[in-house]
Amino acid sequence: MNCHNFSFCDAALKAMPSGALWWPAEELLCVSDLHLGKSERVARRSGQSLPPYETRDTLTRLGSDLDATNARKVICLGDSFDDLTAAQSLSEDERLWIARLQAGRHWIWIEGNHDPGPVEFAGEHLQQLTLQSLTFRHIAETCGQGEVSGHYHPKVRVATRGRLISRPAFLVDAARLILPAYGTYTGGLTSDAARLSQIMQPKALAILTGPRPTCVPMPR
Amino acid sequence: MLDRADAAALLLIAPTGGGKTLAGFLPTLVDLAEAPRDGLHTLYISPLKALAADIRRNLTTPVTEIGLPIRIEDRTGDTPASRKKRQRADPPHIMLTTPESLALLTSYEDAPRIFQGLKRVVVDEIHALADSKRGDQLMLALGRLQRLCPDLRRVGLSATVEDPAAIARQLARHPDPCDILMADPGPAPDIAMLTTAEPPPWSGGNAAYAIPAVLTAVKAHKTTLIFHNTRAQAEIFFHNLWLANDEGLPIGIHHGSLDRVQRERVEAAMVRGDLRAIVCTGSLDLGIDWGDVDLVIQIGAPKNVKRLVQRIGRANHRYNAPSKALLVPANRFEVVECHAALDAVRAGTLDGDPRGAGPRDVLCQHILITACAGPFDANALYDEVRTVGAYAGLSRAAFDACLDFCATGGYALRAYDQWQRLVQRPEDTWQLRDPRATRQIRMNIGTIQDTDTLKVRLRRSRGGKPLGEIEEGFAATLTPGDTFLIGGQIVRYEGLRDMTVEVSRNAAKKPKVATFLGTKFATSTQLSARVIEIFQQDDWSDLPGHTAEWLGLQRSRSQLPKPGRLLIESFPHDGREQTVFYGFAGRNGHQTLGLLLTKRMEEMGLDPLGFVATDYATLIWGLKRLQDPAPLFDLAALEDGMDTWLAGNAVMKRTFRASATIAGLIQRNTPSARKTGRQATFSSDILYDTLQKYDPNHLLLQITREEALRGLVDFGRIREMAERVAGRIDHLTLPRVSPLAAPMLLEMGRVPVKGAAEEKLLAEEAARLMETAGLAQITPPPSDKPKWRVGW
Repeated sequence: MNCHNFSFCDAALKAMPSGALWWPAEELLCVSDLHLGKSERVARRSGQSLPPYETRDTLTRLGSDLDATNARKVICLGDSFDDLTAAQSLSEDERLWIARLQAGRHWIWIEGNHDPGPVEFAGEHLQQLTLQSLTFRHIAETCGQGEVSGHYHPKVRVATRGRLISRPAFLVDAARLILPAYGTYTGGLTSDAARLSQIMQPKALAILTGPRPTCVPMPR
Repeated sequence: MLDRADAAALLLIAPTGGGKTLAGFLPTLVDLAEAPRDGLHTLYISPLKALAADIRRNLTTPVTEIGLPIRIEDRTGDTPASRKKRQRADPPHIMLTTPESLALLTSYEDAPRIFQGLKRVVVDEIHALADSKRGDQLMLALGRLQRLCPDLRRVGLSATVEDPAAIARQLARHPDPCDILMADPGPAPDIAMLTTAEPPPWSGGNAAYAIPAVLTAVKAHKTTLIFHNTRAQAEIFFHNLWLANDEGLPIGIHHGSLDRVQRERVEAAMVRGDLRAIVCTGSLDLGIDWGDVDLVIQIGAPKNVKRLVQRIGRANHRYNAPSKALLVPANRFEVVECHAALDAVRAGTLDGDPRGAGPRDVLCQHILITACAGPFDANALYDEVRTVGAYAGLSRAAFDACLDFCATGGYALRAYDQWQRLVQRPEDTWQLRDPRATRQIRMNIGTIQDTDTLKVRLRRSRGGKPLGEIEEGFAATLTPGDTFLIGGQIVRYEGLRDMTVEVSRNAAKKPKVATFLGTKFATSTQLSARVIEIFQQDDWSDLPGHTAEWLGLQRSRSQLPKPGRLLIESFPHDGREQTVFYGFAGRNGHQTLGLLLTKRMEEMGLDPLGFVATDYATLIWGLKRLQDPAPLFDLAALEDGMDTWLAGNAVMKRTFRASATIAGLIQRNTPSARKTGRQATFSSDILYDTLQKYDPNHLLLQITREEALRGLVDFGRIREMAERVAGRIDHLTLPRVSPLAAPMLLEMGRVPVKGAAEEKLLAEEAARLMETAGLAQITPPPSDKPKWRVGW
């Protein structure tokens, strides 16, 4: 698999094509903003019936990343479920599927703004987690250091010769790493948005997801 | 007209200016004068809001003068809410409206009361609706009205068309007959090609060379309309015309991207006769009174002969004077095209493709609209829909699939039982589960696919004056400091604020970014045969000297395409390898060819980046040069995996987006909803990929394939072509673009190919950016070649 290798606060990390973060030394896979159950929540709230397949698509991709890395630890970095009702409304198949992915792994659910409070799935439920030099939490804090977060669904646009390419991306500087959203039905916030320019340092880089993750200076 | 007042359906075909609109109202006026009554008597439907307002004015004047007690009102998107409300409570005798406003009216619970006593429906400019989904929606609404008012008489008014019987079949209730009245076509139009001392360039679309000659023509006439095929061309031409306008003639610009206030001002000035010329696009085609227009100038080759004739017919609004028009080719290829178009006009050949069965996305919307008005019986609705000509052959199973889609989403995975949109009550009665859904459904009414646009305003510190709109995709390519043209002025992009593009005036001589993205014009399929005939001539003494010379140059530097053989030219240009396939197979044929050949080129590692199709040729560009075209046409390889390739293509995704919006799966992107952020928008590409993967037989994917195939030709025909040209390929590798290929480079409607080349472009640009930022690093050599993946 084509991964982009980079080091962040003394940790050697890999940005995977799917938008997952792999930390080989810790055998840890981190994914953010799965938004499982999104189509159910949309139907419940607005009556719009989107194709109800995004949960299985997200889980399929997560499954293949777990297979590829053989991760022993998994961190879901918040907004794993589109809301707490969506978490309860997953089908029996989908619950078993999650249980299967969890088997034999240390699984940590970090709370997000969409899924505050514990969900009824196995694993640890935490506000945040510090592991060696890195702290995992859902939303970046003002003075984060060695902080890995999600929440913003960052994406990046690059104008190449004659084509504008726009993809979900990791944003990274000396102090912070923000993960792209992993869920299938998740939009994105372009890196030139004021909020992202504000929290990322001037020398921040962006790593575009895709078959061959690619690093560029973060467009702002 | 009065003799046929009682016909159930009647189609009147008359050239523009023949007073046919008034004729359409005659039976109504007579009826209401003889037997005054309350309530809605006649519904008039036009394709344009402006036309409805215009007819109201033109009709009100004589009615008031005669003193008839007839109330005439229009009702469109521009009508204030208070008046709309009153119109529902107390409808006028004659209501003038558009297909969309009519659909909205039928969605109200009190529709039966509003339309009670309705006697006549007049559909104006029906030819402009007939070959679009707006027409299908209108006819479904008429089916509904006919059920409410069984004695309803239908009248259609049309400009000259090739196949009046086809329009008549659409208009009448199926299987009722429809009489056709043909008016005297009037004198033949006086059309010529503009000759200039300055030769047109090889390529390009702005016709700057013709500015002095056009100004001279404008001075010699009262009012001139100068039509362009695209908004971008209109902007550039207007800019150049203005710079050359030494005498300060009053000249205006009018196109669909300009702010409404600005458009209305130009329309009003034109009606008053204050303007000598208006640079415009098709937005001025229909509707407003052309008053004293005595010359029509068409810049660029007319892509559609039918539209050209209809346009020209509007000049010299008097019935007996010949209309006068000038064609101004923008480049030398267009000289040949204009020449062919003039031949076609003289021969009286109009183009147009027959329309297939009624599209099912429109039917889905119709079912939802019906549900808004109250509980409905599925059997009755099915019968009603089949009274519409285009849906006469609709099977019950196909109807039920649409009903199921509207009710449950129609997924193989039944996930929304609890939240379904329509619920079934005893018997075959259906109703909305949640009545609040009506709001969303009504907001989504309509079949016109607006590309997402952003408003353009002067910066707030400069007064914040609205200037118009640009496409969101175009806005995304701008960086602060870029200059572009809008409304004939050069502006500087300052930034994006609250979903509005903020600009300042800029004195730059030349705009940096000169194009809107723009959509492809529907083109004719019949000009290509005439064009290839012209190419075969030994000499071109009937063409202007510069164009004869240009064709001679093509013959000596490369060759001219020959019937029965396939000419292919490859050359580097603009940092990419370009290849043109001159198939002369019509635009749909070339679009299909582009899809097939890019697939083969991707497989052969030629890294294609995209293609564009015209009536005559397909241009493909990519990173590597084509050495040997023969393997491209390997039949087995062409067809192998074609479904997967086609499914992942941008053409399918665009089609899906349109159909999913019409059918109500995704919400129309209204600017107000986007601004408040209250509207959940989903990338239609992601929804499409997800459906492809997990529910490939879903109704919307079936509709997408049906709809996309309307713009493509049967692969069987491409196979025939491949067999026919096997061994008859002339492949020339040239050091630079050939005379004939040059115009292709500026064609609109480019289709991106997303394959391995995109990864290479990204890697290349990333390396450059990192280098510039002083962050260059040694990147590991690429491992295995990235595989094609649907969805990127």
